[in-house]
Amino acid sequence: MKDTTQIGQPVIEARDLDLTFQTGDGPVLALKDVNLTINKGDFVSFIGPSGCGKTTFLRCIAALEHPTAGTLTVNGLTPDDARMRRAYGYVFQAAGLYPWRTIAGNVKLPLEIMGFSRAEQEERVRKVLELVELAGFGGKFPWQLSGGMQQRASIARALAFDADILLMDEPFGALDEIVRDRLNEEVLKLWARTGKTIGFVTHSIPEAVYLSTKIVVMSPRPGRITDVIDSPLPRERPLDIRDSRAFIEIAHRVREGLRAGHHDD
Amino acid sequence: MIWLVGAVLVWLGAWALNVRLAASAFGRTRAGRLAVATLFGITLLVLWEGLVRGLAVSPIILPGPSVIGPKIAASLPTLWADFVQTVVKGALSGFAIGTAAAFVAAIAIDRSPFLQKGLLPIGNFVSALPIVGLAPVLVMWFGFDWHSKAAVVVVMVFFPLLVNMVAGLQATDPLHRDLMATYSASYPQRLMKLRLPAAMPFFFNGLKIAATLALIGAIVAEFFGSPIVGMGFRISTEVGRLGLDMVWATIAVAALSGSALYGLIALIESRVTFWHPSQRK
Repeated sequence: MKDTTQIGQPVIEARDLDLTFQTGDGPVLALKDVNLTINKGDFVSFIGPSGCGKTTFLRCIAALEHPTAGTLTVNGLTPDDARMRRAYGYVFQAAGLYPWRTIAGNVKLPLEIMGFSRAEQEERVRKVLELVELAGFGGKFPWQLSGGMQQRASIARALAFDADILLMDEPFGALDEIVRDRLNEEVLKLWARTGKTIGFVTHSIPEAVYLSTKIVVMSPRPGRITDVIDSPLPRERPLDIRDSRAFIEIAHRVREGLRAGHHDD
Repeated sequence: MIWLVGAVLVWLGAWALNVRLAASAFGRTRAGRLAVATLFGITLLVLWEGLVRGLAVSPIILPGPSVIGPKIAASLPTLWADFVQTVVKGALSGFAIGTAAAFVAAIAIDRSPFLQKGLLPIGNFVSALPIVGLAPVLVMWFGFDWHSKAAVVVVMVFFPLLVNMVAGLQATDPLHRDLMATYSASYPQRLMKLRLPAAMPFFFNGLKIAATLALIGAIVAEFFGSPIVGMGFRISTEVGRLGLDMVWATIAVAALSGSALYGLIALIESRVTFWHPSQRK
């Protein structure tokens, strides 16, 4: 496993991580010997075909799944303890907004649960809705907004309580190419402004290369890491960087990695 | 013969008028929809009256609206007393107690797998008891007055509400649950902010079923012993005296009360579950 240049302190560290699901058809090795260090301020993409364990790994970090072997620490704590300290915000594949709450009400949900004062709630909701360019839509209900706006609202919800780590599980998978490009740009801007550590699961090679400082290539059966690529691209990234030589070379390496891990079975 | 022909002509005429009304721009307004429904109701009454008179149906078999209407007007104090006794005291109090009990029981069952295995089958068992067997027993236990009727209603409404509410509490989206997990939300927080709101469409389904059951239960229970007031008492006594006009007057009150209760619940439902796809405007 290739080690990383230490930009910041390690935030997430996985050592010899295994996760086996017991299913009706016998055990399934969702993750096998996963070793990875994510540093503070990294933008890490997980890419690979379905069943490679990229979502499972993200869920392990968030303590939504529990590894069967190996160690995983978040800020030096177990994922469960890190969760209790509200170490991360999680953005799911679907927006998952509560339909009985307005957009502002949805963003407020984690703040209510975490016991922020009422004034602080209002202030934070206003700020994050502005951040995702949804100011003025706070009073709408989720079903009154487009899919892209709903997903932006769910990002605002994950940002509202100011966790250091933002975990995003194919957040733009269901959106069309144009909306996706815009949201990718916005995520990058957000990352630059907030300095958060971001874990990002995706199917898309251009998306992974465009966004990440570190690309983790994974392959299925058993789910494992086949390559970790540190991106030489600058942190400042206009959309047309995707036509640059460096970009195309990284994309090529990712594709090679995906192909190497892929058996036609 | 003139009555028959007249009634059929009115029916056909009103039918044609209603079809035109419903298709017109006026038919899409609130007043228009109300007019169409009212016209339909009036037509039914006219047709009923015409058939009863034209075919010379015995008033024992079926009295016409022209007999039932004046009977209602003349017996308002009696009908009102019956309504208070059966609907307000018997049905509504039983409905409130049964609903509250089912609500609490559903939350307890949802919380505890032990209760889920134990209480649901018992609820199922009780709901399978025939009302005609249960009502006399409850009358013995709770006396002739409305208390025993309320008890019958509690037994009748409890189970449908319980089943709906338990299903509702389990009907949360896995994604919504994961979200609560990432916030480390406590059980009361999950319950108040996710499970209960998500269960409301199911709860109101149960309420609507229970509302009609409550009325049936309160009326039927009076057949097994009651003071000399109440809709069930009235029906059983007047049938014995061949006072079918009074039976029909009571049926009309029962039908109106049932519809009003159902309508009220539907109205509250549309306010509470406005977010549900079936209620979105």
